[in-house]
Amino acid sequence: MGKRVGMEVAIAASEAVALCNIDVAAVYPITPQSHMAEHLADIIHDGRIDAEFITVESEHSSISACAGASAVGARAYTATSSQGLMLMHEILPIVSAMRLPVVMGNANRAVSGPLNIWNDHTDIMPQRDSGWICMFAENGQEVVDMTIQSFKIAEHPDVMLPVVLNIDGFQLTHMIEPLEFPTQAQVNKFLPPRKPFATLHPDNPVSMGCFNMPDIFTETMKAKDTALKNSKKTIVKIWNEWGKMFGRHYRPVETYRAKGAETLILTMGSMGETASIAVDEMRGKGRSVGLVKLRLWRPFPVEELRAAIGGAKTLIVMDRAVSFGGAGGPVATEIKSFLFQDRKRPRIVDFIMGLGGRDVAVDDFIAMVDRAKKKKDETYEFYGVRE
Amino acid sequence: MTIVQNYELFAPKLIDSEEYFSAGHRACQGCGEVLALRHILKALGEDVIISNATGCMEIVSSAYPQTAWTVPYIHVAFENAGAVGSGVESAVKALRRKGRIPDRDVKSVAIAGDGGTADIGLQALSGAMERGHDLMFVCLDNEAYMNTGIQRSSLTPFMAATTTSPAGREIKGQRTGKKNVCEIMVAQGVSYVATACPSYPIDLVNKVKKAKAVKGPSYLHVFSMCPTGWRCASELTIKIGRLAVETGVFPLYEVENGKYRITVEMPERRRPVEDYLKHQGRFSHLNAEDIKLVQQKVDYEMKKLMDKVSGLKGWDEI
Repeated sequence: MGKRVGMEVAIAASEAVALCNIDVAAVYPITPQSHMAEHLADIIHDGRIDAEFITVESEHSSISACAGASAVGARAYTATSSQGLMLMHEILPIVSAMRLPVVMGNANRAVSGPLNIWNDHTDIMPQRDSGWICMFAENGQEVVDMTIQSFKIAEHPDVMLPVVLNIDGFQLTHMIEPLEFPTQAQVNKFLPPRKPFATLHPDNPVSMGCFNMPDIFTETMKAKDTALKNSKKTIVKIWNEWGKMFGRHYRPVETYRAKGAETLILTMGSMGETASIAVDEMRGKGRSVGLVKLRLWRPFPVEELRAAIGGAKTLIVMDRAVSFGGAGGPVATEIKSFLFQDRKRPRIVDFIMGLGGRDVAVDDFIAMVDRAKKKKDETYEFYGVRE
Repeated sequence: MTIVQNYELFAPKLIDSEEYFSAGHRACQGCGEVLALRHILKALGEDVIISNATGCMEIVSSAYPQTAWTVPYIHVAFENAGAVGSGVESAVKALRRKGRIPDRDVKSVAIAGDGGTADIGLQALSGAMERGHDLMFVCLDNEAYMNTGIQRSSLTPFMAATTTSPAGREIKGQRTGKKNVCEIMVAQGVSYVATACPSYPIDLVNKVKKAKAVKGPSYLHVFSMCPTGWRCASELTIKIGRLAVETGVFPLYEVENGKYRITVEMPERRRPVEDYLKHQGRFSHLNAEDIKLVQQKVDYEMKKLMDKVSGLKGWDEI
């Protein structure tokens, strides 16, 4: 095991990508992803890894170039944020339908209208149905680990799907944290070179991206859904393998002091760390509050989440995105829908908060737990809005 | 002209008899675009990877589970052929260097229609060319969005009627002329830029070979006659292509390192544009006055081109 180093998380993400021996990176700079793009360019221009760095003219082209490269058999990586992810939106479901194992780091940032460069999850939520494996990292170490895991998951013959790793912009990308990197030999052992199922090469010509008539399109959609659902098994297997190798364990749903708790807070991404401090404080005062952290957003870990919620009376969902005019935040709506048929289910309180970089501090979590207790109706609520 | 007249005599020696775009595709009767594509693939040979934009050639060739392509082929979306082709080229380069694919040249070729090149695909094309990929980009220009039902593009010619530039009482078809993508490519420093037309197959094949041989970006703009969209008889495809060249509507030239050269000479006195326009329903609303306007535009564009042919030095001569 390597020694601990202090490093900015965005830079660490690119260092992790370098350990994965990628063949092609196509990255267009955008705040707060830019340090990832810059550092990856440094690594490739210094010849530390043998890869092509495509300085694309947009994110639409970065994901398109990654699709082309991946189809040839390359290990391809891109990174983006917010508007960039929105620009990629059209191509994302094509990449997953073509079963191309592209890996993307997404430095989560608010989507414009009005322009805002700071953190929330409004960029990734519209990509929910793109057919990508979608995971959230909570801290810098997880960014390093999950970046490396992402390639192995994406390329696994039982998966062959693209992966997007969500890294909260600024809140996570721009933090300097003590990090432990695996050695190159360890990564090589964990992640051997990609063995593609089919590639574009004249020695064995294939056609990729053929269109579907109505007689086959539904079957193609079901196949994609099945592939994404099935991927969970392999994801868990790979996480277990990682845990054995490095002693750091990953699960689709993480819990913190959740056992037997009457009230559970549910978070995604970097908020989890702050929430755990809030839980400690409340537990210290004898309050029965625990924490559930959703690491895997797609495929959605229904069974794991059901088990984590257990017998809790109240589940407070922290939604960092808005579904305007809808039934609630995207995460709460999802959870409500699968719990609907359950005979025993908690009351769900849905808070929309932490938008566009609005800080969510320890006290805010405590305030939301207090507010949830008083809240009578089932409607969602914007927390901390100055009226 | 003599070569074209003796096509059957010369063709077997000049053009590969192997077919890389198989029969049984779904192109319209008399499609000039698929004819161009067939010759382009013959000239390219086996060692290519095609990145195709959404459009006529994609739709007629690749209804799952069938394909007309015998060479490696990928279609991702409409506006990104240049970007997909960039990724293909970069991957080939990296994997070849790392010994993961055989050590030989495999050319990345992006193919798009006029919309996928000059409108929605222009950004990806421009980016790919600017970055200097070893990428050949082919625009198969049938002068409108034919696949979606003949809507105008920025390559639809002046006054042509399409479904979104109809010949109305007030506005007589397309109000603008063709965007000159070749000039944009020359301005970007692309070292080989050429126009071609499948009515002149030997010229087309020669240009494809030249474009393929460039170690870097190259651009080929191919006039692709479309009986369906141009409202003309399908047996007139080849003739209309020739008339486009002989009238100066679509001159055949190449630009090698900035040096312009006409590759198929036009008659001393060019044929009047009317000879070209009169066969096509898309121009049937034009009166004598309108035809004069079209003639003036064609004359002006020809003059500009001929000035470049006679006046401009190549970049290596400056």
